[in-house]
Amino acid sequence: MNGIILSAIFGVLMMFSSILTSNKATIRSLAIVLCALLLAGNIAEQSGWVLFHVNTSGMLHFSSYGLLFNSIAYFVTLLYFLLSARDIESVGINAAEYFALLFFILAGVAIVSSYDNLLMLFLGIEIISIPLYILTGSDKRNLKSNEAALKYFLMGSFSTGIMLMGITLMYGAKGTFALSGLTETVNPGRNAWYISGLLLLLISMAFKVSAAPFHFWTPDVYDGAPTVFTAFMATMVKAAVFIGFIRLFDTAFPASGQNWKLVLSVITAATLFIGNVTAIFQQSVKRMLAYSSIAQAGFMLFALYSYNDLSKEGLILYSLGYSLATVGIFAVLIRMKDYTFEGFNGLARTQPVLAATTTIFLLSLAGIPLTLGFFSKYYMLAAAVKNGGNLWLVFFAILCAVISVYYYFRVIQAMYFKTGQAEMEPVNAGFRWTLVGMAALVILLGIFPNLVLQYLYF
Amino acid sequence: MIPLITGLGLFFVRSESASKNLAFFSTLVSFALMLAAVSVWDSPHYLVYDHSWLGALNSRFHFALDGMSKLLCLLTVISFPLIIYGTWNNSYEDSNRFYGLLLLSQAGLLGVFLSMDALLFYFFWELALIPLYFLSSRWGGERRIPVTIKFFVYTFLGSLFMLIGMIILYNKAGQSFAYSDFLKLKMSANEEFGIFLLLLLAFAIKMPLWPFHTWQPDTYEQSPTPVTAVLSGVMAKMGVFGLLRWLAPVVPAATYQYGDNVATLAVIGMLYASFVALQQDDLKRLVAYSSIAHIGLMILAVFAPSFSGIQGVMIQMFSHGINILGMWLVVNAIEQQFGTRKISDLGGIAQKAPALTLLLVIVALANIAMPLTNAFIGEFMMFNGVLGSTATKFGIAYAVAGGLTIILGAVYTLRMIQRVFYGETNALTANATDISLNVQITLAIIVVAILVVGIYPKPILSLTEELSQQILNRMNLK
Repeated sequence: MNGIILSAIFGVLMMFSSILTSNKATIRSLAIVLCALLLAGNIAEQSGWVLFHVNTSGMLHFSSYGLLFNSIAYFVTLLYFLLSARDIESVGINAAEYFALLFFILAGVAIVSSYDNLLMLFLGIEIISIPLYILTGSDKRNLKSNEAALKYFLMGSFSTGIMLMGITLMYGAKGTFALSGLTETVNPGRNAWYISGLLLLLISMAFKVSAAPFHFWTPDVYDGAPTVFTAFMATMVKAAVFIGFIRLFDTAFPASGQNWKLVLSVITAATLFIGNVTAIFQQSVKRMLAYSSIAQAGFMLFALYSYNDLSKEGLILYSLGYSLATVGIFAVLIRMKDYTFEGFNGLARTQPVLAATTTIFLLSLAGIPLTLGFFSKYYMLAAAVKNGGNLWLVFFAILCAVISVYYYFRVIQAMYFKTGQAEMEPVNAGFRWTLVGMAALVILLGIFPNLVLQYLYF
Repeated sequence: MIPLITGLGLFFVRSESASKNLAFFSTLVSFALMLAAVSVWDSPHYLVYDHSWLGALNSRFHFALDGMSKLLCLLTVISFPLIIYGTWNNSYEDSNRFYGLLLLSQAGLLGVFLSMDALLFYFFWELALIPLYFLSSRWGGERRIPVTIKFFVYTFLGSLFMLIGMIILYNKAGQSFAYSDFLKLKMSANEEFGIFLLLLLAFAIKMPLWPFHTWQPDTYEQSPTPVTAVLSGVMAKMGVFGLLRWLAPVVPAATYQYGDNVATLAVIGMLYASFVALQQDDLKRLVAYSSIAHIGLMILAVFAPSFSGIQGVMIQMFSHGINILGMWLVVNAIEQQFGTRKISDLGGIAQKAPALTLLLVIVALANIAMPLTNAFIGEFMMFNGVLGSTATKFGIAYAVAGGLTIILGAVYTLRMIQRVFYGETNALTANATDISLNVQITLAIIVVAILVVGIYPKPILSLTEELSQQILNRMNLK
């Protein structure tokens, strides 16, 4: 509860801050402090210290799993603010509003990670989406940004419609919105309603996590949106929807009495394939990262496909590992003058620290041992193997992971093994140290993933 | 053994030109520690380190030194100082990074040989690979970037398949990655076959076994020579080691049943590599193909097993590591001096560089398994083993084909010596000088090792005796 209320309050605070001051440095520091407070508030709730007691009538349920995810989301956002707050300001003139919108998204994230009622799921997803539409179009004078925003908005509203339709059908079948109520059979003969409703819900969620074949908006929107906001969109938002998704698998999917494995395995395989294969052909690192985020979503879908304890733990690790690495890479990318692979040529000479940390993040995304990315992928694969049966999907995922090495390593090759003058905007020491800290965290957790997972069982 | 590995990582940050000295010193320290471990502290108390690592996964930080790991760790810690000292005159840009990465790969290699936990093994397996990838791509030849990405993608693919195999084993063994639990497994033939394939793929790519070898000649050629020496001298042994530790004992029935297929591939690879080597004009490629042929023989002996054969593999792993190291150092000396590796451009070096020639001839003779050299012992035992193996019906055919490759090996090695070292000098080699002292010393150490092992191999054989017997016991169970 702390997370939702605090982030909403902080969002409003950020909005008013622009009335009180026009000094960008103040706004920036305020955002960072508030985000730190938010993280502290959520950690307090994890240790049983709840600030706000609100009767939610069973609409929300705060499990240790959801709270841990919130902490991760706030932590990554804090790092994201530390790294990219200056870039957020330089997008347009309304710096405080951007921070306010980001805080509102965080409120949505907290709802999605702890809903217990399909209406709350809908609200959470909408609270996440609407600020994102605005942020995508925040670079008002850029044609690509406008196009991306419009596209995202149209497609997003469409998927929202589908989601509502699905929820309605499910309500018609079961007579309740509560997740716990879905297991009881109420209306006989309406199972078909339930299944088609659930299918529509599945489609709209797949749209939000950009799973194939509902991924077409992703490259254009990620490419067109201001790069800072792409970083946020590709990480926290996507991970949050996955957490929301997996909660459905606790009750809603088993309640349908159908086996969803086949549908999910097809979606997973298609996502992995399209994401990885298309990423190879990209010339711009930003677009490559957009496709790589589709590919990574394919791996996260494994958690849904092989739904068990291991995969739930894995999803937490995956969202942390993926977000840390992606936020880090994007933070460097924003400062580059040239977004193509050639733009990275010789970065190791001019900016050795940035090149080294980016390398670690890329290795983590590729799933090389000694980084957190390895354990995230390991958990996903192990969860699927543990269930037995369809090993073909696991082998397919391995092939895709090998393909991903190719395009991630292209960046490493450009930075280290090719000569050139990579031009970038000046970076300060704080930026470097934050990146080094993140890279150290990726490696530390890559050796001791238990440091995160132990919080699940308290 | 732990300070050794953690200590190595620290050299990464050193940023003076003294990094070379430091790296050399560090490898010497590991060598001394290893010697001490073998001789003085030879008790389980010192040689086993077991600590809980990933609680939830039940994976432990478990190192242990048994006969085979002792042997291969010895090889590793001997090779690295020799490589660094033998290539002392090479200079690299950013030498601190170069040597730091080299040491990291050493840590990875030692970890591979010591791990008694499958997940830990996988960790180090990759840890050894990544620094070598960076070394080759950063300091390699012209075509290094496409070649090394091919190398990396190949081995990464194999490793991931191995990882899946390990995960399956983990679930079968009651959520445990421990080697001792893997050995207790009893699986159906189909399951064993599946795991056999998964693990074999990783090891086959690493060794490399024909037809998974296509990355190897290119990578050996394009890598800087010290890295090539690590790749072929030590890293190729990771594959053979994997076969003996993680494949044959864990899935004995499948190894027995499908051994013939792999052995046939190995023989084809040996013949193929030998014929290709005959045609090579590049010294590095020649040595690379000869390496495929030698490793092929070891694979053959593993899959047509008998006590003598397995013991032969053990000793040959060590010997081949030493011999091929000598070959690479000679290649390096020639390349540094003349700036070319083309056999056709060279000639008559013997008149100008008698010491180099003498040492090379001994190494080359060892490479073609002349009696009195170390490789003779190993190859003789392996042939003996293949012929006497009860596991295969084709022992004679394999041995004949293997014998042919030995003859071919003699042909191309001696022809190389003849064309590079004897004959008329040409414009390029007319002003040749002899090799410098450090290369002489390094090669001399290698030659001494060759002869000592060749004449008195008993210490090594007794080191691995028990383990070879255990592997065979596992395989003859069925």
